Amino acid sequence: MTASPQTHTGVHAVRFGVVVFPGSNCDADSYDAVSTFAGAEARYLWHKDEELDGLDCVILPGGFSYGDYLRCGAIARFSPIMKAVRRFAEDGGLVIGICNGFQILLEAGLLPGAMHRNEGLRFVCQLVNLRVENAAMPFTHRYDEGQVIQVPIAHMEGNYFIDEAGLSELEANKQIVIRYANESGEITGEANPNGSQGNIAGICNRTSNVFGLMPHPERVCDSLVGGADGRGVFESVIDFVKNR
Amino acid sequence: MKAKVYITPKKGILDPQGVAIERALPALGFEGVGGVRVGKYIELELPDGEGAGEEMDKMCHKLLANPIIEDYRFELVPD
Amino acid sequence: MTTGQKPAYELLGLKAREYDDICSRLGREPNYVELAIFSLMWSEHCGYKHSRPLLKNLPTSGERILQGPGENAGIIDIGEGLAIAMKIESHNHPSAIEPFQGAATGIGGIVRDIFAMGARPVACLDPLHFGSLEKARQKFLLDGVVAGVASYGNCMGIPTIGGELHFEDAYEDNCLVNVMCVGMVEHDKILKASASGEGNLIILFGSTTGRDGIGGASILASAEFDETAEEKRPTVQVGDPFTEKKLLEACLEMRDQGLLVGLQDLGAGGLSSSASEMASKGGSGIDMNIAKVPLRESGMEPFEIMISESQERMLACVTPANKAGVMAICAKWDLDATVVGAVTGNGRLRIFDGDEMIGDMPVKALVDEAPTYCITPVRPLHEADVALPDDHYPLPGDLDAALLELLASPNICSRRWVYRQYDHMVQTNNALWPGGEAAVIRIKGSRHGVALVTDGNGRRCYLDPRRGARLVVAEAARNLSCAGARPLAITNCLNFGNPEKGEIYHQFQEAVEGMAEACRELETPVTGGNVSFYNESFGKAIYPNPVVGMMGLVEDTGRIMTHGFKEEGDVVLLLGGGRPAVDGSEYQLRIHGEVDGRIPDVDLNQEKKLQTFVRGAILEGIAKSAHDVSDGGLACCLAESAIESGVGVTVELEAGPRPDVALFGETPELVVVTAAEADLERLERINGAGVLVKRIGRVGGNRIRISAGGKGIIDTPVAEAAQVWRESLEEAVAG
Repeated sequence: MTASPQTHTGVHAVRFGVVVFPGSNCDADSYDAVSTFAGAEARYLWHKDEELDGLDCVILPGGFSYGDYLRCGAIARFSPIMKAVRRFAEDGGLVIGICNGFQILLEAGLLPGAMHRNEGLRFVCQLVNLRVENAAMPFTHRYDEGQVIQVPIAHMEGNYFIDEAGLSELEANKQIVIRYANESGEITGEANPNGSQGNIAGICNRTSNVFGLMPHPERVCDSLVGGADGRGVFESVIDFVKNR
Repeated sequence: MKAKVYITPKKGILDPQGVAIERALPALGFEGVGGVRVGKYIELELPDGEGAGEEMDKMCHKLLANPIIEDYRFELVPD
Repeated sequence: MTTGQKPAYELLGLKAREYDDICSRLGREPNYVELAIFSLMWSEHCGYKHSRPLLKNLPTSGERILQGPGENAGIIDIGEGLAIAMKIESHNHPSAIEPFQGAATGIGGIVRDIFAMGARPVACLDPLHFGSLEKARQKFLLDGVVAGVASYGNCMGIPTIGGELHFEDAYEDNCLVNVMCVGMVEHDKILKASASGEGNLIILFGSTTGRDGIGGASILASAEFDETAEEKRPTVQVGDPFTEKKLLEACLEMRDQGLLVGLQDLGAGGLSSSASEMASKGGSGIDMNIAKVPLRESGMEPFEIMISESQERMLACVTPANKAGVMAICAKWDLDATVVGAVTGNGRLRIFDGDEMIGDMPVKALVDEAPTYCITPVRPLHEADVALPDDHYPLPGDLDAALLELLASPNICSRRWVYRQYDHMVQTNNALWPGGEAAVIRIKGSRHGVALVTDGNGRRCYLDPRRGARLVVAEAARNLSCAGARPLAITNCLNFGNPEKGEIYHQFQEAVEGMAEACRELETPVTGGNVSFYNESFGKAIYPNPVVGMMGLVEDTGRIMTHGFKEEGDVVLLLGGGRPAVDGSEYQLRIHGEVDGRIPDVDLNQEKKLQTFVRGAILEGIAKSAHDVSDGGLACCLAESAIESGVGVTVELEAGPRPDVALFGETPELVVVTAAEADLERLERINGAGVLVKRIGRVGGNRIRISAGGKGIIDTPVAEAAQVWRESLEEAVAG
């Protein structure tokens, strides 16, 4: 299952970089998931790297970077690579932070808001239904707006918080990308697994090239192991880059 | 009155959080920092009275701290 | 040598005879460092004093067994150049004191055992036993243990995908926290825990060394040496999964670069045990300089450094040429690494404090020559010779209510409350998620998968330890077979009371022999494991509980079987000849409040035929669901399949045993399979062994209906059963 450097059309493959922090544990899952897509290749980036040469998309994977001690993502954001990720994002590069990666993006200020501990105070690992709120951005355009997808979550601190002004801004700019929903796509309290404000599961920055989400799309890219609803995220990126 | 409770890992008990923070600080240019121990600080209000200290001690022992791995101390501050 | 009134050796848990033995092996009296090390290596925990002679009877070899007992984990060949490393261990006593850290460090220890073999850990399973959940203390223990497993396993990125959860009064003062870890390794990358090659270096890396565990796991009495300084001697080890994750990655990098002669984790017994075992396996000796060991606390005594059970440490044997490579990998992962010793050819473990030699002992005496004891077994009075008659208990007036009560039993109901707290999906290999007969993980890049299950049934072993142990092995194998996997090997965790008592020794002996019989017949050799004795308080022991962790091979992950019904109209078949009995059943305990009688014995030959048949039906694509009849009997078995699918079932049983026994009695050798009507002939054709097949009903509707001899005995809506089954554990924990 190795990545092919060239697509069948002969143009360059879309290049993903997966950052490995000490304590990352979904790095291999992200790498493996990306590598299964035709026209994509993946490589690992060490947290001490300072260059992101030739990459199209950087993935900050899930896990417990630096043990998540102090606060989730609080130490990782000072890793040398985060400077490069910030520059990359400022230049319009695509950055996706999944779970712990989302927490790091928040700590780093690349996305607004903060994470509290889950309302139920326990780690929650389960499949959840997500409603796609914004399907007109690089990470989700392969989905339809309002589409309900099933993707797992696995976290202790995914209870998203932002102040009123920030929330209005997110809403006004269509920065709320996915929300926890029930099977029919209704945003209900019961469908909220962690107490997140407004059932928010994933947001993007104003220029929609930085995307953070608590659910794990890389875990549902193969129906043998739980579903394929997550493929759309990576397919969206691949399409977006190819057509850019 | 108000109680301020400080909970710290017992001496000699491994404090993984403290170790991780201690290792991260030099990377940010803070050299020579050692002995990082991460604890908890709790504030609570309780009724005035003679037995407040004793009550606090019980609360700490039973719930607020885990006496097997944590030490605690508290201050009582009259309103 | 004495401290106060009692001689030092006694305070360290050694007997006078054992002390004399040590003196004669050394040719002199040991000094305190040596005595501390001997007391550790000759403790029950490290020396297997009461179990070693009996464990020899277990079958340990087979064509797929690449590594049997004796290393950090067993290794089983699964073809394509790949192998599975697996091991189960107990962390009962530490968890009873501090459930969160006890369970967390339990995971930490077993995971290190797996990567010490060069394998990447791919799954954990945790069989847990507590007292009744009605008691607040038990809820506290459950909550803490589950959170501890979650905290450590989740952070490591190792999915906890199975296990067991059992509540019964016998575990009230001694909970059982067993943890199993499974790893994947290529044949040519397997590592051993051996130190060989004179002049090679011994490198200690990972966490620093503190006073953790001193006076804990192994030398129970040592605290009395300095009882004024209790604070100086915390017995609770604190787990640091972040450091362990770095250790794991670092060790696997060293493995990939071929830098290691041998690798060993530090567990119970700390440096003493790890160093002497490495020397023993390499047929060498080791000189160890404790002055080099990085310490977390000042003022540690040499003996404390040698016996500290600080977590997240590894010991590697490395050639001088590869030292730089090992150090570089440790630096990359921010791990302390220090050369603490060297390999010698003298067969001795010598301890130095700088230039001064402070200990000198023969490795063989430490590792292989712990005394063994055989106790005269005494059969306990409660072990009955005969089974209870079917009409021993009054027939419940409302069998539907009894069914719901059983489905709500914390021993039967959904375990979602637990596994929802475990990251059971990380590594994206789960072909079968928790909650089924077994967990199945795929092997990336292969059609093959690995099925895993743990099984234990202390209650049945209490009534008859030999039959109980045979049953435990048979049931684990049956679970795997129902998932479509061929059982290959087991690892065992033998949880018992105080073996110095004749009755406990009897239970242990009978259980080990029963397990040996079943493993031989079902061709699932024992690849290692762990013995946990002294699980008793106030003179009352736990139920004897030999827990089995079993792995099986799934030929084709496209043919994994689940227990939920699949389609309305499918025929329900009962396979096998087992006859239900109330003795030792959940029904007997839950409804009649007793544990009594004699459990049925499993006919291993029939069991094997049954399982082969079930696997055949799955591989041929005939079976559409498979579920073995176990806790709660046939009625709960059918209800669980209905709940899983949301589809009901109608079953007609022949007139036979009394209705409650027919519904809730438990039995080995019985599996419920569903299949399409059109496939029944094909099923008949593959039944060469002549396994008994009874057609008992059809899938369909939204109720669970069972009749016997033409008379309706159960009629419960699936939705009602599902609600009770799904919610009762959470309610019990919250209530």
